[in-house]
Amino acid sequence: MLLSIVNLAFLIGAVLFVRGLSMLSSPETARKGNIYAGAIGMGLAILGSIFAPAAKLGAAEVHNNYIWILAGMLVGGSIGYYASYKVKMTAMPQMVAIFNGLGGATAVLLAMVEFNNFYSADVPEGGMGALLSSALALIIGGVAFTGSMIAFLKLEEVIKDNFLVIPKFHTYLNLLLLAVMLGLAVWVVAMGDKGEMWMAIVFMVVALYYGISFVVPIGGADMPVVIALLNTFSGLSAASAGLIYDSKIMVVGGLLVGASGMILTLLMCRAMNRSLLNVLIGGFGGGGAAGKAGTGEQVVKEVSMNDAAIQLNYSKSVVFVPGYGLAVAQAQKVCKEIEDILEANGVEVRYAIHPVAGRMPGHMNVLLAEADVPYPKLLDLDDANSFLANADIAVIVGANDVVNPAALDDPSSPIYGMPILRVWDAKHVIVLKRSMNPGYAGIQNPLFFHDRTRMLFGDAKDTLTKLVSELKSL
Amino acid sequence: MQAAMDFFNTPANYLWIYLLVFTSILGFEVISKVPTILHTPLMSGSNAISGIVIVGAILLVRQADPNDYFTLIMGFLGVTLGMVNAAGGFFVTDRMLQMFKKKTK
Repeated sequence: MLLSIVNLAFLIGAVLFVRGLSMLSSPETARKGNIYAGAIGMGLAILGSIFAPAAKLGAAEVHNNYIWILAGMLVGGSIGYYASYKVKMTAMPQMVAIFNGLGGATAVLLAMVEFNNFYSADVPEGGMGALLSSALALIIGGVAFTGSMIAFLKLEEVIKDNFLVIPKFHTYLNLLLLAVMLGLAVWVVAMGDKGEMWMAIVFMVVALYYGISFVVPIGGADMPVVIALLNTFSGLSAASAGLIYDSKIMVVGGLLVGASGMILTLLMCRAMNRSLLNVLIGGFGGGGAAGKAGTGEQVVKEVSMNDAAIQLNYSKSVVFVPGYGLAVAQAQKVCKEIEDILEANGVEVRYAIHPVAGRMPGHMNVLLAEADVPYPKLLDLDDANSFLANADIAVIVGANDVVNPAALDDPSSPIYGMPILRVWDAKHVIVLKRSMNPGYAGIQNPLFFHDRTRMLFGDAKDTLTKLVSELKSL
Repeated sequence: MQAAMDFFNTPANYLWIYLLVFTSILGFEVISKVPTILHTPLMSGSNAISGIVIVGAILLVRQADPNDYFTLIMGFLGVTLGMVNAAGGFFVTDRMLQMFKKKTK
């Protein structure tokens, strides 16, 4: 009876994971979906594993040791709860990076214990299958763990892009490490019960080091791809650990996470028009070609604060194009204030969000939602471009490369081919910018010299705040 | 070759392969429908689901000999880390999704 209840709990839990994720397809059902998957599904899985009878575990006797489990859950639960309420929305990429790492680290722990049990038993259980799944969990989990820690440190800007990297040779070093790691995996599995614990330890050290070496050369600007990829790994490491324990819900949960991470990885790559391999080899943020340099004497045209305010106030539709610069300046709330004033005067306001705006997939949407911008106003790339075609004014705040026309018409530009927001389709373009320095990728932007473009120089938050008072005084 | 074929044809393994393949397809289908505005909550929500490794850690602790402190401590760490993921991922996703509103209040 207990066995049936436990089996049913696992089954329902797995179904709830799928159902919950499918409810994330709309903002209206998303919150409920998260509760289905993250609270009820996970709760059933945890209860099931706590109460599963010995027969389910395939063990002759269980000692339970519930106090250890309870302690772990209390400690982990409180840390998780505390962290989730303390984290700033701008720091979400860092938090996700750490969580990816923790998932990987757990898989490594489970794999190492499994190796230890296997080698220390008189009659090892599970045979090759046990070693194979442990090796898988160790490789994927190890890379997810240390890779995520490096990604975290890069996001926090503790380590710079060229830290620990030997230019030109790093790719070969990584290939060598990868070969060594896979070789060790094959060796450990092939040795079977003749193997010893020290082999597993050497294997673990190599896998952990590979994770570091793998992420270190990847440029800071490519972190959205890396985080999505490490998300994939953390899911797959959970799935591999599920194979160790013959647990179907672990495999289902892990694979769902793996699929989600993979989709996001590919979307991010497509949004930057680069192949995954190209991102992994790295170097874009570092030494990439600068593209066509400023040809001749180009003049930018400025607009005064007062004129900008009048223009905005008497237009029919305005599109804000926010980049990460907006979030750095903490100016989302001021942006929202302008939206409110304009909407009160009958101006239609939208936000055009490029997939790589922000530092992880979908980041900018969360930052604007936090500033109380209603989500129907947040347009993705395609919707934004069709809206821009009929818009009166596009206001660029802290975005640069994602509105660079060179991506469409300059084959020598490093971002050529990248899908971008065609802001110059709007009747007027106002660019808020601190100075004429090129953006993060060091690429000159012809948009600034476009006929329809007017520059409004200054700090983003400062400029927007002044715009608010200008608008109010009209 | 023979070994690989035997592995594939063993009913239990065959079922596992079914599960792996079908879950992957299902995952891709379901998640490709998530709109870009929800990609960050999707990532943190799936972070929570990868906390499912806690199941493995719980099973590990339950089977450990009460005097086997190596396994108990590793298992405890596994439960802790898995729970940070599961709880942290769930709560932060909930916090984020709360912010997505259709209209300004």
